[in-house]
Amino acid sequence: MQEATESDAGKINRLAWQCRRGMRELDELLNSFLLQGYRGLDEPAQETFARLLEYPDAVLLELLMGRMTPADKDVAHIVRKIRNPAAP
Amino acid sequence: MDIPRRKFDTLIIGAGGGGLRAALQLSQADAHVAVVSKVFPTRSHTVAAQGGVNAALANVRPDNWHWHMFDTVKGSDYLGDQDAIEYMCRAAPRAVYELEHFGVPFSRLEDGRIYQRQFGGQSMNFGGEQAARTCAAADRTGHAILQSLYQQNIRAKTHFFDEYFAIDLLHHHDGSFLGALVLNIATGEKLVIEAKTTLLATGGAGQIFRTNTNALINTGDGMAMALRAGVPLQDMEFFQFHPTGIAGKGMLLSEGARGEGGFLINGDGERFMERYAPHAKDLASRDVVSRAITTEVREGRGCGPNKDHVLLTLKHIDSAVIRKRLPAIRDLALTFANVDMCDEPVPVFPTAHYTMGGIPTNRFGEVVAPVEHGPEEAMPGLYAAGECACVSVHGGNRLGGNSLLDIIVFGRAAGNQIIEFLGENRYHQPLQDDCLEPALQRLARWDNKGDGETVADLRMELTKTMEEHCGVFRTEAVLSEGVSKVLALQQRLPDVCIKDHSQVFNTARIEALELENLMDVAIATIMSAQQRQESRGAHSRIDYPERDDVNWLRHSLYHKTSNTVDYKPVRMKPLTVATFPPKPRTY
Ligand SMILES: Cc1cc2nc3c(=O)[nH]c(=O)nc-3n(C[C@H](O)[C@H](O)[C@H](O)COP(=O)(O)OP(=O)(O)OC[C@H]3O[C@@H](n4cnc5c(N)ncnc54)[C@H](O)[C@@H]3O)c2cc1C
Repeated sequence: MQEATESDAGKINRLAWQCRRGMRELDELLNSFLLQGYRGLDEPAQETFARLLEYPDAVLLELLMGRMTPADKDVAHIVRKIRNPAAP
Repeated sequence: MDIPRRKFDTLIIGAGGGGLRAALQLSQADAHVAVVSKVFPTRSHTVAAQGGVNAALANVRPDNWHWHMFDTVKGSDYLGDQDAIEYMCRAAPRAVYELEHFGVPFSRLEDGRIYQRQFGGQSMNFGGEQAARTCAAADRTGHAILQSLYQQNIRAKTHFFDEYFAIDLLHHHDGSFLGALVLNIATGEKLVIEAKTTLLATGGAGQIFRTNTNALINTGDGMAMALRAGVPLQDMEFFQFHPTGIAGKGMLLSEGARGEGGFLINGDGERFMERYAPHAKDLASRDVVSRAITTEVREGRGCGPNKDHVLLTLKHIDSAVIRKRLPAIRDLALTFANVDMCDEPVPVFPTAHYTMGGIPTNRFGEVVAPVEHGPEEAMPGLYAAGECACVSVHGGNRLGGNSLLDIIVFGRAAGNQIIEFLGENRYHQPLQDDCLEPALQRLARWDNKGDGETVADLRMELTKTMEEHCGVFRTEAVLSEGVSKVLALQQRLPDVCIKDHSQVFNTARIEALELENLMDVAIATIMSAQQRQESRGAHSRIDYPERDDVNWLRHSLYHKTSNTVDYKPVRMKPLTVATFPPKPRTY
């Protein structure tokens, strides 16, 4: 149990660093989602979030500002959540 | 001491456009190059630049480098060094064609040549009609530059240390620079990178102000490392603010909104710009609008429960027009202010945007400082380029599109100068263990356990103090109170503690190290601002409203060791053409 919690903290730390981006807008959206929305996701959705962080900044900006729709429906779900944390 | 060591010809700290351009020059010349970046290279702040890069290609309207030079000197409010400006403007077309060759997909005219857009401050014929000088890859210029340069560097076998945080420079007692101590963020392991030459390319320091447009990583680390290594910082009082950032957040709402007829109102519902600029009103220059907003808030006419911002309204404009002409600005307001501009006004406040000052260099990228023989002695083995450097081409005020140019031109120039140095200095100097001590101590200090202030609290107080006392509204009283406050905050640094002492991706420790850097850079900035008793470029003093060329046509140099500011002359003599003498700067 103890171990699981520690690695969880490590994972959040890693994701927190990966939410550090080259643009103010992305910093804001990704960090607040990590703090507020991420823990409420199930495991596959958490993995999708980690996958989303691999996208280049310019693409992330388009997605998160709603100017581009992701083809992958799991990614689309996470994007919706980030844009509107209250979304189902 | 069993810290692992790696040896390279050159260590480059920073993988934005400046660092990557220098790295490419070096790797292509077969130098053994390490690039260290605290985030993955293509997440560097250069990615945020959407507008474009300036070069007098004359593809859309007549143009030449000499007109570009005039605009840059004038834009700098005559504080820019004219030799460096001539060099940059002459080098610009070639620098842009090189980028094209590296793969940057510039937007094109129908005949295939690079398209160029108009930006403020660009003129034909030394102050005549509007020029069109900015080359862009759609609205992703910075992204395209980073991606292309990164790919070229991979091909050229540049060695990348991704997600490594540089702690401090290593330097010998004789003054030569020997590399840096860095930290692997993923594992918490230390690494010594020994290098014959070290280039700082760590970008700007917008995070010293609470409201800013910069990425969180822009904490002025390289500037602070230079300060701690005994190098002064130049012209730090010159910080560019944009009048309409989203209040409390900082994201930039461009002039487009006011260009389409949007205007600003205060807490009384008054369209206050009519008082400050009866003709240009809301389209007056950035500094005038920024100062007006701050004055309204300071005098109690702000909006919201804390009366700490004003409102930008477009309600009177047909919502179809807003949706069509300002979709991106509307999206920003929707996302970050939770406001639909079609129905409601957006809370705005001036936002810190660009660091004109930085590590003093000459036009070869060598870091220069007053040591013994005059104010511009090269520090052996140390170079700087990009927004962290002050070469100085932007002087008191940077023109849009000139900073991508700066990073590309001087990144390349620094690379070439380093190649020359490496030709003459073939061997590594021995690095004694005691050179490592200060950097190790700085890191070890954060292993202390206990209760104390948090990093986040002190950072918030620092950035708020800087905003209130060193923002766009500057007077002797405001600044000197600010200096005392910031120095008092510095005294509290030793009491700050972090709770997380783990090794893997310990972001708390990185943020603590960044806070120390912010503190050093903030002090340099506010001290320099307090000393300069004139208004020039972005530094505008309510109590000294005029530019004073007799007393202040000179660069400031802030020294950390003595906590003092001294000065050096501006280089007024260009390389081949006549000097542009100071004139009133009117547009
Ligand atoms: C919103 C916005 C829009 C802009 N638009 C334009 C534009 O259209 N045209 C224009 O000319 N300019 C523009 N600018 C300015 C321009 O983008 C920057 O001045 C320029 O990109 C800076 O590049 P750089 O290479 O100096 O640094 P950056 O791109 O900021 O890179 C800094 C690098 O240093 C690394 N680093 C920092 N500290 C450390 C450390 N301690 N250890 C390890 N690595 C470290 C970072 O990881 C990063 O790789 C804009 C700026 C903003 C904020």
